[in-house]
Amino acid sequence: MSVLARSTAVARPAAIAQRRFRPGRVILHTFLIAMSAVWVFPLFWAVYSSLRPVGDTIQHGYLSWPSEGLSLVNYQTFLTQADLPYYYLNTLVVAAPAVILTLIVASMIAFACTQFSWRFNLTVLMIFTAGNLLPPQVIIVPLYHIYLNTPLPMFGSIDFGQFSYPLFTDNNLLYGQYLGVTLIHVVFQTGFATFVLSNYMKTISKEITESAIVDGAHVLRIWWNIILPLCRPALAAMATLLFTFIYNDFFWALILMNEGNKRPITSALNNMQGEFFTNDNLIAAGAMLAAIPPILVFIFLQKQFIAGLTLGSTKG
Amino acid sequence: MARPTSASPARTEPTEAGELVARTHGRFHVLTRYDRRVLMLMVGIPLLFDVILIWWPTASSILLSFTDWDGIGDLTSQNFIGLNNYQFLFTGYTLFWPAFMHNVIWLAWLTFIATPIGILFAVLLDRELRGNRIYQSVFFLPVVLSLVVVGFIWELQFNPTEGFINNALGVVKSGHIIDWLGNPHLNLYAILIATSWRHIGYIMVIYLAGLKSVDPTLREAAKVDGANEVQTFLRVVFPVMAPINVVIAVITAIEALRAFDIAFIINQGKNGLELLSILITNNSISEASLVGRGSAIAVILLVISLGPIIAFLARVMRTSQ
Repeated sequence: MSVLARSTAVARPAAIAQRRFRPGRVILHTFLIAMSAVWVFPLFWAVYSSLRPVGDTIQHGYLSWPSEGLSLVNYQTFLTQADLPYYYLNTLVVAAPAVILTLIVASMIAFACTQFSWRFNLTVLMIFTAGNLLPPQVIIVPLYHIYLNTPLPMFGSIDFGQFSYPLFTDNNLLYGQYLGVTLIHVVFQTGFATFVLSNYMKTISKEITESAIVDGAHVLRIWWNIILPLCRPALAAMATLLFTFIYNDFFWALILMNEGNKRPITSALNNMQGEFFTNDNLIAAGAMLAAIPPILVFIFLQKQFIAGLTLGSTKG
Repeated sequence: MARPTSASPARTEPTEAGELVARTHGRFHVLTRYDRRVLMLMVGIPLLFDVILIWWPTASSILLSFTDWDGIGDLTSQNFIGLNNYQFLFTGYTLFWPAFMHNVIWLAWLTFIATPIGILFAVLLDRELRGNRIYQSVFFLPVVLSLVVVGFIWELQFNPTEGFINNALGVVKSGHIIDWLGNPHLNLYAILIATSWRHIGYIMVIYLAGLKSVDPTLREAAKVDGANEVQTFLRVVFPVMAPINVVIAVITAIEALRAFDIAFIINQGKNGLELLSILITNNSISEASLVGRGSAIAVILLVISLGPIIAFLARVMRTSQ
C-alpha cells in the first residue's frame, strides 16, 4: 500500500533530482550509521575478545591489536572441558518437545475458540493470555513446591556419556527433570501461542469449517487437514519464536532444576561462571557459543521471527 | 467492562475475510456429540493444566503471603500470621524498598528512554531509504539473544580492568577505575544500558509493523495541509497508532516487572541490583525458605502487574467485539 502511495511522488522527475541532495537525508544516514556502529560494537568486541588467546591480552591489554594472531583456543576450552555439546543437547531435549506440544495445544484451543461459537470463547482466551503476561516470579514459589511434591513413575533413560536423559524422571519427582521444565514451558507459552494463533484463525472463514462438518468430517480431521495447513505461515512464525524464547529461557530451568549438568545451555552458563569464566576471553567465547543458535535464527529465520512478534502485537 | 462506542476510525485490518461471514449463532447444533466432546477436551485439558500450574500457584501465593510457612510439612491454621509479612516488608526489611525503587527506575528508564528511542528508530526507518533493511537488521540483532548472553556481552564492556569502556577511557592505566558493575550507584544504570540494547530493537520491530498499517492517505493529507514530519507524526500518526501504543506500553511495563535474568547473572541481584523478582526467589527458594515473605513480595509484584495486564485484556476485548 505505502509503496503504491509513494510511487506517485517518484513519478515526478523533479522529485527524483531533489531526493539525491536533500541535506535531511545526509543527517539521517549519519545518525543511523553512528547508531548502527554503537549497536554492532558490543557484539564485535565479544567476538574479537573470544578469538584472542588470554596470554596475548594479559601482555598487551584488551585494547590492542592481536600480536600473536587470533585463535579458537577459548572455544576449544569450552567444547572439550565444559562439555558444551551436552548442554546444547539438554536444550534440545527441553525445547523440541515443548515447541511441538505448544503448537499442537495452542492450535487446538485457537481452532475450538475461533471456528465455533461458545459462550466462554473470550473468557477462555483471556485466561490463557493473562497467564502468559504474569511475571513468572509471581507463581514460582508455589510452583516449586508443586514440582517437589508431584510423584512420577520412573521409566528408564537414554544415556549419552556422563549425561543421562530419563524418559520421565530419575528421582520420582517432577522437580529437577527435563519433563518438568518442558511442561512449564508448554503451559506458559500456550498462553502466548493461543493468543497469536487465534488472531490468525479469526481471519479464516468459518464457512470452511461449517461446510466440512456438513460433509461429515470430524473436528479432529478439520483441525489437522484443513485448518493447520491454512495456518502454516503462522505456525512457522510461532515455531521460530517459541524455539528462541525457550532456548533463551534462564529462569524456569534455574529454579526448577537442581543439577547443574541437566540444565539447558542458557541456564547452565550461570554455573559455568565460577569454573570457566575466569577471564574475559573465556566469558566472550562462552557467550558466543550460547549465542550461535539464536544468531542462526537471526540469519535464516528473521522473517519468521519478526512475523511471530508482530502477529502477537499488531492484530487482535 | 465499558462497551466500546465505535471502532477506532484508523484501524485498517489487512485481512477481512473472517468478517464477511458474520453469521455465527445457532450453528452449534450441527455438531455431533462426539465432535462436541473432542472440542471440549481440546480446550478443557490445556485449561486444566493452565489452572493447575499458573492460576492455582497465583492464588496460593496470595494465601501463603499471610503465613509463616517454611516450606516443610503441612500448612496449618497456626501458620497464619495475618498481615505480618507485609508489615515487615514495608517497615523492617531493608532490601524491600531499594528493590521496589529499582523496579520503578527500571520501568521509568524503559518508558522514558528505551521505548521512545525504539519508536524513533521505527519512525526514521519507516520510509524509502538506502540501506533500510541493513539498519533494521542491525538494531534488531540483539532481540534474538537471551538476556543472559546480553549480560555477558556487556560485562566485556563494563568490566573494571579488562572491559572496553574503562580501557578506552584510559582510566585503567591512570588507576581511577570506574567500577560500572560493582558500584551500587552505577550498576543499575549499566545493566539498564545493556537491557536497552535489546529492548530498543524489540520496540522498533513492533512499532514498524504498526506504522506500516497506518493508512498512507492520512500522511498525504497532512503533507498537503503543510505539516512537517514531526507534526505529522505527533498530531496524525501517533494518535492513530493508539492500539499499538497500548501494546508497546504493556510490553514495556511487563518487561520492567519481569526483569530478573541480567541482574541475576551479573551479581545474583545484590549490592545495588536488588529487584522484587529476585527477592522472591532469594527469600523463598535459593537461600532461605521464608515462603511467606517471598509470597508477600510476589503478591505485590502481582498487584503491580495487574495494571498492564488489565490494560492489555481491555484492548483485546475491545477489538474482538
